[in-house]
Amino acid sequence: MKRSVSAIGLTVNGVRHELAVEPRRLLVDCLRDDLGLTGTHIGCEHGVCGTCTVLVDGESVRSCLMLAVQADGATITTVEGLAPDGTLHPLQQAFREAQGLQCGFCTPGMLLLAWELLRDHPSPSEAEIREAISANLCRCTGYQGIVDAIQLAAERHAVTAAAAR
Amino acid sequence: MATTPRTWIGKDVQRLEDPRLLTGRANYSDDVRLPGMAHAAVLRSPHAHARIVRIDTSRARALSGVFAVITGEDAKELSNPLPAFCAEPVVQYALAVDKVRYAGEAVAAVAAVDRYTAEDAVGLIDVEYAPLPVLTDPIEAMKPGAPKVHDNLPSNLVFEKTLSFGDVVGGFASAERVIRRRLRWHRASAQPLETAGAVCRFNPASGRMDVWSNTNMINYVGWLVANTLKVPASKLNINPMDVGGSFGSKHVLGKVIAIAGMLARRAGRAVKFMEDRVDNLTACENLACDRFYDVELAVGADGIFTGLRIKVVDDYGAYFQFGHGTHGNALAQATGPYRIPGFEYTVQCVLTNKCQQGVFRGAGSDANNFAIERLVDAAAQELGLDRVEIRRRNFIRPDAFPFKMPAGNIYDSGDYPKVLDLALSMTGWDALRKMQAEARAQGRFVGIGLATAQQRSVYGPTEFWFWYDAAGLTSVPESVGLSLGPTGEFIVTMFSPFWGNSPETVVAQSVAEEFGVDPHTVTVTYEDSLHGLPSAGPGGSRMTVMLTGAVVGASRKLKEKMARIAAHVLEAAPEDIVFGANGASVRGASDKVVGYGDIGLKAYWFKLDLPAGMESGLEARHTYDHPYLTPPSADRKDLGSFYPMMGHGAHIPVVEVNPETGQVRILRYVAVHDVGTIVNPKSLRGQIAGGITQGIGMALYEQILYDAEGQPLTGSFMDYLLPTAQEVPRFEIGHVETPSPFTEYGVKGGGEGGRMIAPAALASAVEDALAPLGVTIDELPMTPERLATLVGHARARGR
Repeated sequence: MKRSVSAIGLTVNGVRHELAVEPRRLLVDCLRDDLGLTGTHIGCEHGVCGTCTVLVDGESVRSCLMLAVQADGATITTVEGLAPDGTLHPLQQAFREAQGLQCGFCTPGMLLLAWELLRDHPSPSEAEIREAISANLCRCTGYQGIVDAIQLAAERHAVTAAAAR
Repeated sequence: MATTPRTWIGKDVQRLEDPRLLTGRANYSDDVRLPGMAHAAVLRSPHAHARIVRIDTSRARALSGVFAVITGEDAKELSNPLPAFCAEPVVQYALAVDKVRYAGEAVAAVAAVDRYTAEDAVGLIDVEYAPLPVLTDPIEAMKPGAPKVHDNLPSNLVFEKTLSFGDVVGGFASAERVIRRRLRWHRASAQPLETAGAVCRFNPASGRMDVWSNTNMINYVGWLVANTLKVPASKLNINPMDVGGSFGSKHVLGKVIAIAGMLARRAGRAVKFMEDRVDNLTACENLACDRFYDVELAVGADGIFTGLRIKVVDDYGAYFQFGHGTHGNALAQATGPYRIPGFEYTVQCVLTNKCQQGVFRGAGSDANNFAIERLVDAAAQELGLDRVEIRRRNFIRPDAFPFKMPAGNIYDSGDYPKVLDLALSMTGWDALRKMQAEARAQGRFVGIGLATAQQRSVYGPTEFWFWYDAAGLTSVPESVGLSLGPTGEFIVTMFSPFWGNSPETVVAQSVAEEFGVDPHTVTVTYEDSLHGLPSAGPGGSRMTVMLTGAVVGASRKLKEKMARIAAHVLEAAPEDIVFGANGASVRGASDKVVGYGDIGLKAYWFKLDLPAGMESGLEARHTYDHPYLTPPSADRKDLGSFYPMMGHGAHIPVVEVNPETGQVRILRYVAVHDVGTIVNPKSLRGQIAGGITQGIGMALYEQILYDAEGQPLTGSFMDYLLPTAQEVPRFEIGHVETPSPFTEYGVKGGGEGGRMIAPAALASAVEDALAPLGVTIDELPMTPERLATLVGHARARGR
């Protein structure tokens, strides 16, 4: 049986890729195996844990629930895109200072979820942060460090924005 | 004991692990890519108990892109049974041989060009099963004449024994009252977000098997895994990987390593097998103890405890991998923080048609804490005593340490009243009681929980065998290498992997403490098993104690040589040399310093500047053995010291229960822990918060369920519910520091306390909330359905 493949084009972290993938190939497998971006992790493969969260055209998406062919033409950001030269993004810095991580496995997904939250709600309340990140699971931290980290990043951003005015 | 002033131990140092984890540059097992690597998938049994009549793999083998297909028959040829810590002949192969014993057991495995093709091939394997009677109830399974899970065993009651310590009979005879409870500790699962997995590559020319796996014990169980894989231990190399959470669940991982290893041999190329979530929920090594308790506490009229009886039936599932280790574990602190002069512990281990037990944070002591704390609350209620007061009356006093508990284990240090007092003051106990009274007057069901419990740390291996008459292993070492490079930077080598906690930060802080350097200048690396030193790896909250011990030992050795070099330069005596942030100097003359760079450079490349006869280089290796392990007595009346670094905690959650829906809302959660000297407050707080969150899961949401036919009902995260950020409150965490007299810096382990105490505390809170209805909590999780039913029954009784 010959397998059919589809040609797709993706822009990931600013780099344009042309690929031929099976229609059934998950976006997360495409990112990890075809593009070598292993920072996006696989936790449950049924859309509950959110570990595989990436941004597709600016919106958080579970890349285990999306086919690569559905992302044809999309612009994607993975965790590798937050700190392309290794300098921590302010969110990553806040996660480090507030210890919003322990084993690090859920962290890339949490960071992208937090990035989206702060873009849409620059100064969220604790309840709003908890509601937003309850989309994803963390088994290590008890979430407190993650909540604190997002608050810290939001406060710093507010200070920077105020200074810029 | 006064706390010694320290420079780096006890500081909120930012973790060394974080940058690579935050930027997606870690190296987890699933990130391994080798040339020509194939991917595996596993066919799992749909039956809980059945004979395998016939397996036809021809259609799978014929599929394009398939390299190898193996079954139980191949497993018999390519492997030996999986490592097991039990003496009984409970044989388990990585692929079922002749019959399947639980739904989800691996029956065949495929290696193919990618995971998609491998799963296609799995779908083409035809198996004919002859179903057998299914055993899901351990009480039924242990009856004589029940169908057997293992035909070679006399019965499903694989182990049974009573151990008795102190004067139990007298304690009960003198009691004013005996408090009895029948309790259930249900089966939960560690569920790290990273599943277990392995990449194996076999080189037939050299006979060497290379393994990349998230097993935590690369230098502990390697020789056992080698036996399973049928390679000499000297030809097995396990590489240390970043591990995405373990919580006790990634100790051996024999199944995944054996499956990848057998396929690698057959396929003639590297093979990766990563469990998917269904595999991890139904067939891994992380399903926890599953116990039925009958417990009795003998109490005097004054509320003083005089004896304890614990009788427990434990449903082990189909195999006995860790033996009765979790009951050895429970014995370490079976009487809790209380003075109970004697106790008796009866265990019955039963095999059924479910996935085997493994280990999950708490490892059996979590269940025992729940049993004791339920009894103590019951005693307070039956005697009309306050829950705080009855605990105070029975606490081991602060001046009684080191304390030998009745089974012989030593509690190193503690101040339980101080921990309780801090928890009460943080909570505002009296104000809380007032708030509760007001809420009750409004018809609201607000409850205040209390649990004061132990968190043992640093296990001794005797816990795996002292239930038997024969003796077993007595070593649980941990090693590090420490070197000062030629440019003056310190490098630490560890022999256990990053298992999801903060080992790099711990060793860097220890090096910083010893030499005065900034911990962020310390480089930390990991070594594979062929280059390993004796290291047992994480388990039983041991690593912070063991790594600090190993670093201090290695530092002592390294300092000796460094002092000789510095003394040679400074024309002083080596014993007068001290080390600080900038390097070595003579005590009392800190203006003349030999920098670490100078010492390093001389040691490596300026032989003629060294004292005569000195070997070039600066490296020390140290193996730190268990600091306080003593053998059990032959009659097992005294088990010796085997888990002596005894932490403690007091938890006070406040909850509100909706009596109509049965929903529990956590209004506040106060937790005070004493785990000796704190190495890193921030990472300890994270451990406590994470542990309590798992305890909330245990208390309210998480349960592994099977139906009467042994079919798993919780095979996904839609059924096995982990707490999200909305189910957990902001934790209020306090610390008391009572240093251990037995460890470097006075450190104890703090990895498990949150989960070991929270379920008991939350049961206490919910029971307190529903006290007006006379509801008692004997079983978790306190799901809406369970609580609404209990409330319904209470109301039907007219409450």
